[in-house]
Amino acid sequence: MNPSPGTTGLILNEPLLWERGRPGRRGASLPAADVPPSPLETELCGEGPDFPDLSEVDLVRHFTRLSTWNYGVDTGFYPLGSCTMKYNPKTHERQAALKGFAAAHPLLPAPLCQGALRLIWELENDLAAITGMDAVSLQPAAGAHGELAGMLVLHAHHAHQGRQRSKIVIPDTAHGTNPASAALCGYRPVAVASGPEGVLEPAAVEALMDEETAGIMVTNPNTLGLFETHIREIAAIVHAKGGLVYADGANLNAVMGIVDMAAIGVDVIHLNLHKTFSTPHGGGGPGSGPICVRRHLEPFLPVPRVVQDGDRFHLETDRPLSIGRMGSFHGHFGVMVKAYSYIRSMGAEGLRRASELAVLNANYVKENLKKDFHLAYDRPCMHECVFSDERQAPFKVTTLDMAKRLMDYGFHPPTIYFPLVVHGAIMIEPTETESKEDLDLFVAAMQAIAEEARTDPEKVRNAPHRTKVRRLDEVTAARKPCLIG
Amino acid sequence: MKEINELNLPEDLRYAEDHEWLRPSEGAARIGISDYAQDQLGDIVYVELPAVGRRLNKGEEFGTVESVKAVSSLYMPVGGEVAAVNGQLAEAPELVNTDPYGQGWMIEVKVTDPAEIEVLMDRPAYSKALGG
Repeated sequence: MNPSPGTTGLILNEPLLWERGRPGRRGASLPAADVPPSPLETELCGEGPDFPDLSEVDLVRHFTRLSTWNYGVDTGFYPLGSCTMKYNPKTHERQAALKGFAAAHPLLPAPLCQGALRLIWELENDLAAITGMDAVSLQPAAGAHGELAGMLVLHAHHAHQGRQRSKIVIPDTAHGTNPASAALCGYRPVAVASGPEGVLEPAAVEALMDEETAGIMVTNPNTLGLFETHIREIAAIVHAKGGLVYADGANLNAVMGIVDMAAIGVDVIHLNLHKTFSTPHGGGGPGSGPICVRRHLEPFLPVPRVVQDGDRFHLETDRPLSIGRMGSFHGHFGVMVKAYSYIRSMGAEGLRRASELAVLNANYVKENLKKDFHLAYDRPCMHECVFSDERQAPFKVTTLDMAKRLMDYGFHPPTIYFPLVVHGAIMIEPTETESKEDLDLFVAAMQAIAEEARTDPEKVRNAPHRTKVRRLDEVTAARKPCLIG
Repeated sequence: MKEINELNLPEDLRYAEDHEWLRPSEGAARIGISDYAQDQLGDIVYVELPAVGRRLNKGEEFGTVESVKAVSSLYMPVGGEVAAVNGQLAEAPELVNTDPYGQGWMIEVKVTDPAEIEVLMDRPAYSKALGG
């Protein structure tokens, strides 16, 4: 077995730029003025901004050093559950940097940006094909914004039916953004508990579903990494009372091209291009949270819509039932180019294969770790698996301690303490990116930590030992936050 | 974290399954969270409490408590009207950790139906429910 990637090494300190600068130092030589000097009106004069005076090498070293403190998916394994930290192939960056895309001004009239409009139109069609839905809007800026857009569509649908509703059913495994998005639309979230198998039970939904309820928001696969096996029956219950089914597509990576969302009863689903469709996120770039709807909800989608007319494309704004704009211009276009690049590189078969391997990898990790860690629901999982610290509790070692210790072994910690229904949750999503060799290294590190918890719990409790900074004072940071630089 | 036998569970309180405690009294009943709850949550950094005068049913959420680990809901062990809230927790949420039954109290409630107090657990029952 290879040693784990974690090791010690020289880590360079780096002051703030303001501490580095010296008055008068410059990074560039300004050319001589080629116009005659002219007096400036006094009201336009004042103190300049407080920028540090730096040379070029000061600046380059500063940011190069900071970059060495970082850990990203380009550095190593990043199993942050429900975040789908898959590798982002560099060809996406190349496509997004093409001048015709990168330099296109958002106010260009349609005849002058046909390529960009065509890309939007084709990406919408691709996402519709992947999910089985009928129409797509790429406008929402990220996942929670997509949720809001989806819920506004749901709200507009009920308004158009002539009677608004007041509640929405949300499972206890939902992402916290779900109830927040529903509440922003004026709906009161009503929690439904998942059953003993970790999935929703139709009877529990039936008990809550009435004609005051706008619908259900369900994440499938859910945040326990389990497929909601009763989803069709649940969708029928919701539809029978005139409600709609909103799907949170955060976990689509498990089912790309495999689950037909329309066929399982979904009316609206949002996707995260920055998760499933391999565009950088987590400090690496903006997100994109498209919504996909069934045909009957298409009139409510945000405007403008890109419409095909023969072999030309134009923007249409005259949609009286539309919820309106969700942002300026067309959304995060650069992210769309990267997602389009991913879909075209992979092809239908490749996307399906990626989902299969993501599920296989998660099950491989689950099976290899279930001897050492308590598995919240011992059944086949989808793209992620959820353990807890129950077996480490007798040694007074917590999930947080183990997550910190994992950093010493050179891995990014998984998501911890979520979902809330699992006490001390450790949520691992390896994604399809990882090879068996890398998964084996991670499994070995987790097993070593489980052994340390039994034999040397103090070491785990005091971790990390090899990082530049040790435990941060999260308590003081939360109780007495310092909100200015 | 504490072992069950290390927990401070006063005899004069009633306990709910969601780990709230209630101190029965003539006027308004005081409510907070148990030593077990504060210990499990870890360092508490924020407590959100309801407005005075609000009426809530048994089992309804009356606020949230946030630790560095998670945000948890607080549930009414009995129904009633909120008569007072512990304003000190806004500045000093750590009181819930250091003195959960004293200065770390959360709300006072005018109990609608005293029978709801009777069905709450006493100390032996709560201790047993915790596995002690």
